[in-house]
Amino acid sequence: MIRELWAYRELIYFLAWRDVKVRYKQTVLGVLWAVIQPFFTMVVFTLLFGQLAKIPTDGIPGPIFYFSALVPWIYFSSTLTNAGMSLVANSGLLTKIYFPRVILPAAAALGNLMDFLISSVFLIGFIVYYKTPLGWNLLLWPALVVLLILLSLSLGAFFAALNVKYRDIRYVIPFLIQLLMFTTPIIYPASMVPERFQWLVALNPLSGLIEAFRYVVVPSHVLDWSLLMFSVGITGVLFVTSVAYFKSAENAFSDIV
Amino acid sequence: MVVLTHSIEIQSVSKRYRIGRQQRTFREDILEFAKRPFGRRNNEAESMWALKDVSFDVAEGEVVGIIGRNGAGKSTLLKILSKITYPTEGNIKVRGRVAALLEVGTGFHEELTGRENIYLNGSILGMKKQQVDKCFDAIVAFSGVEQFIDTQIKRYSSGMRLRLGFAVAAHLEPDVLIVDEVLAVGDAGFQKKCLDAMEGLRSGGRTVLFVSHNLAAVENLCSRGIWLDGGKVAMDGGAKEVILAYMASFADSPTAESMLADSESRQGNGEIRYTRVEYLNPDRTPRALTRCGDSLVIRFHYYAKKTVHYPVFWFRLFTKMGTLITVEYSDGHGINIPRVEPGDGYIEVEIESLNLLPAQYDLSLWITDENGETLVYDGDVRTVLEVEPANIYASGFTPTSRHGIAYFPQRWSVP
Repeated sequence: MIRELWAYRELIYFLAWRDVKVRYKQTVLGVLWAVIQPFFTMVVFTLLFGQLAKIPTDGIPGPIFYFSALVPWIYFSSTLTNAGMSLVANSGLLTKIYFPRVILPAAAALGNLMDFLISSVFLIGFIVYYKTPLGWNLLLWPALVVLLILLSLSLGAFFAALNVKYRDIRYVIPFLIQLLMFTTPIIYPASMVPERFQWLVALNPLSGLIEAFRYVVVPSHVLDWSLLMFSVGITGVLFVTSVAYFKSAENAFSDIV
Repeated sequence: MVVLTHSIEIQSVSKRYRIGRQQRTFREDILEFAKRPFGRRNNEAESMWALKDVSFDVAEGEVVGIIGRNGAGKSTLLKILSKITYPTEGNIKVRGRVAALLEVGTGFHEELTGRENIYLNGSILGMKKQQVDKCFDAIVAFSGVEQFIDTQIKRYSSGMRLRLGFAVAAHLEPDVLIVDEVLAVGDAGFQKKCLDAMEGLRSGGRTVLFVSHNLAAVENLCSRGIWLDGGKVAMDGGAKEVILAYMASFADSPTAESMLADSESRQGNGEIRYTRVEYLNPDRTPRALTRCGDSLVIRFHYYAKKTVHYPVFWFRLFTKMGTLITVEYSDGHGINIPRVEPGDGYIEVEIESLNLLPAQYDLSLWITDENGETLVYDGDVRTVLEVEPANIYASGFTPTSRHGIAYFPQRWSVP
């Protein structure tokens, strides 16, 4: 399977390239949209949750606190959506040509990486502006990105396979994203959750991951290693489950899509 | 002993599709699961076998045409061979790089330019970027859309899209090529390019599997034919023989000859009547297949009970829609027959070049005496003339029934 994916690596690249190209064709602002979305969300969050509701930000400047979480969150939610819809959206390809089916959700995950990287560069601008000192923690960043991709792709591919059979998934995904948005420490720090509910926070694999994305840019922020390990563990389980389900379902894709 | 390498091996392949209730809902599956978490799932859905126990091998370099009626399983077979779908039973083995062209321009994206789509489509068809880079100019030249190569293809005409898609496909270098009915679309120039490209592959020693309704193309391109009928291999052999057998199988279109049943509907006094119709070659040998442009002899057999004086033989030709194409009769061609002796006899009509386009036509026959009084009139018993496509203009363009009823021999020129 790995060897076959390697043989088709160019197709993953070209499909991702297609998605990126098409996303910004005939738009005036083009790639700037990758930054506009998290930026304005961050502005609203800072005003609403920071200034008005006075939700603590663990002593981190509001814009960095929100933006550092929004960048991975937006990657996760758009990958979940795009990958989840990828098989059905490309049914024309599924029924006319052979390639490893997992390429479609994988290409969606790769295509979104571009927006993620652009907004990450933007984040560096904030850090420079707020004169936040950078530390060795930043070395953890690439590993976090890998974990983020694995988590988003595992869930995305799983939903994509389910979506071929049950079109209900189309409605499940936005709903799930909405719920996760509030149950993940994006607008609040995980430390704010009462001790007896901490296990619930830990069950959400995004919690440890998003907190860690904050930690790497703000060294004063304390990383909850156990929370991150939960993320790694749950992502591993999701990955294995997703691969197993996808493999069992993929032979029938072209017949029922 | 000759050792042949098989490019394709198909061992008792069957494919079952569920019909009827195709899709179960999430709710149904969950309820089912809740009721019987460990029991067997209720699987009442009706199924049909699109393919049943199909086996054959294809040697390296062989060009095989697959023919059969709609629903015979041709497309399913191609989909299984190209790994798009999986057989319910049986095994397939395909050696070498496979390119499956079930459609031209698979994966084209409207918003992208011609140039971008060449790369995208090439990669979908399994070409490496390097390979596309190398052939890029040739692909563009072949497609004939040079001027528009940096225009989004949503501005292309359907013909331009088709040409661009085929141009990419023509530059694939597969060991095994699987082609579905792509030739059925497009204008004459496009069809000719397709046929030329296939011819190129054939002479290049590639293995080609070709599904088509265009029997003329199959006969021209393929050395071997496989006739699928009801999901099974009905016949496997030389392309020509298989095509002839396939043609002969049309129950309502007896090709070599046509018996005229002694029907109640026959009107007239019955002194003389037609018994059968034979389609012959100009040398009077029997023929199985009639194609447009063919030279053809139609022999009308009759039986006379007693001596008949000055009979006039008539026939009318109709389209399947009932449009009268022509009425012909022996008197009208200056043929006077003073008398017909009792017993069997025949009369012949020789057509130098049959200028009917491919379709089934109805022949209706009758005989009158010299006064025009009807002796035999076949109202309902008609016989069928089936005309097959042919490369009549020697351009690769084979007109079909969509192009009308008749064609006129003609020569085009540019001053």
